[in-house]
Amino acid sequence: MKGFTRSGGKREDLQLVDGSKVAVIGGGPAGSFVSYFLLEMAERSGLELDVEIFEPRDFSCVAPKGCNMCGGIISETLVQNLAAEGINLPSTIVQRGIESYMLHMDVGSVRIETPVQEKRIGSVYRGAGPRDLKNSKWGSFDNHIEKLTVAKGARVTRERVVDVSLNGGRPKIAIKGGQPEPYDLLVVAVGVNSAVLKLFTENGQGYRRPQTTKTFITEYYLGEETIEKTLGDSMHVFLLNIPRLEFAAIIPKGDYASVCLLGESIDKELVKAFLDSPQVKACMPDDWSSDPRSCQCSPKISLGAANRPFADRLVFVGDCGVTRLYKDGIGAAYRTAKACATTAVFEGISEAAFRRHYWPVCRSISIDNSIGKLSFAVTRQIQKWQFARRALLRMTEKEQEDAGRRRDMSQVLWDMFTGSAPYQDIVTLAMHPRFLARLTWEMAVSALPFSRAEN
Amino acid sequence: MGKGDLGKSYSDGEVITRQGDVGNCMYVIQQGKVQVLVERDGVETPLRVANEGEFLGEMAIFDHEERSATLRSLGEARLLTIDKKNFLKRIHKDPSLAVGLVRTMSKRVRDLSDEVARLKGNVERE
Repeated sequence: MKGFTRSGGKREDLQLVDGSKVAVIGGGPAGSFVSYFLLEMAERSGLELDVEIFEPRDFSCVAPKGCNMCGGIISETLVQNLAAEGINLPSTIVQRGIESYMLHMDVGSVRIETPVQEKRIGSVYRGAGPRDLKNSKWGSFDNHIEKLTVAKGARVTRERVVDVSLNGGRPKIAIKGGQPEPYDLLVVAVGVNSAVLKLFTENGQGYRRPQTTKTFITEYYLGEETIEKTLGDSMHVFLLNIPRLEFAAIIPKGDYASVCLLGESIDKELVKAFLDSPQVKACMPDDWSSDPRSCQCSPKISLGAANRPFADRLVFVGDCGVTRLYKDGIGAAYRTAKACATTAVFEGISEAAFRRHYWPVCRSISIDNSIGKLSFAVTRQIQKWQFARRALLRMTEKEQEDAGRRRDMSQVLWDMFTGSAPYQDIVTLAMHPRFLARLTWEMAVSALPFSRAEN
Repeated sequence: MGKGDLGKSYSDGEVITRQGDVGNCMYVIQQGKVQVLVERDGVETPLRVANEGEFLGEMAIFDHEERSATLRSLGEARLLTIDKKNFLKRIHKDPSLAVGLVRTMSKRVRDLSDEVARLKGNVERE
């Protein structure tokens, strides 16, 4: 079989050449980034590609039509990476620059300032905004990236893909009422909530979508002034001892606040327990009520990597391939999309090329997620033990009050909440003897009876 | 500074970084203009004006030398910093991330060559 691939094509055929046609299913960040970088890499190597994105949704519309169901945080790392790529995010897209995180626990709250005293995290809406949005001064993030991709030369077809054929040769895709069209490369860049994935799980190609869990996202209209007075430019994160709640955050946007809950089997009771908690009420306006809500959804999020996310002429990027556990999904979409585009243009579009050059990026995210699961297991314990929460609070408060002090706990929490660093880096810092010694001391002090009484 | 503005704002004439400082980051202009100038014997010589989207201070990413020029805000400007350590880590994982910087540096070498040729021509004519 030397010189041939599993699908029977000659290896030299499995390269993108002038005029090659690429279909990208999904026009969210993963789809737009992969198209953008395919065209960018092709331009660098003097290649002309025909890239067509299939995306039925118009992201300039309000939810649910234009929404991509996400908390909408652009991490510090992604903001910097995009700037280095020449993609700057204007204030017409970024609803609010985040300059600090407020950690709320039953034992108290502490503000964690950005290490560089600069706004490098952005809160955005993936679509135009919540369902009841009237006039918005801000545009959609997904729409912005899509426009950049179109300016690079990609075409967008606002149709849903209803059929995919992968039987040898070139992949064929069909839209509603259309004939199947062949492409040289098919990139699948849809979310785990997309019905399109069924077309791949049921065709015997071996693709299996990642494991998922349900989240809960709701939006509250508060108005720009109220947000300024209450939530400010801080993302509010909560470590509360509420069973099944893994992580919760309130993200300030332009006129709205997004409430995001992650955890096991999130249901109405869990949502109510969180929204009714004194910690949530304390950071919302006095007259705020948890009902009515402007918008809400319970999307699934990926918990791991897909099985076999590539084959000859076929590759899965973003959430349907692999994404980061709980955080920085858009950052993971950027990384996998760029690795996919670089592989396709410079190394080829065979299964072997994707396995050798694309899969290592997915695998490193996947391995990091395993470390992330361990980090969240530790966080769960902290949520359960009040003395551990007090120790965490004391350690962070001391660091934030004293400018000269090492900010190890602040750094660990900052990286954990923002998704700015790989989980591996967070664990490495948290396993440092200096950090462990300080934490052990604070835990011992926090467990003493007088410390409990103080609280 | 608007609520959605990323980076840090500088007022007119404010020094962003000074020649001789040790650089541990580079800058990307998000809004406004920045004057690049060199100082010698107390005299400031303006080199050029950098515009929105341009990289500045990128040499600090790759060398351990002091800043070669002072950056001063021309009118109100907003700049985003890119940390040296983390950025080098990311370039190690994805070398193509440095292509934008290489392009910028290559353009600067080209501009400098043109400038040297122009100055040489002036000297020879004199």
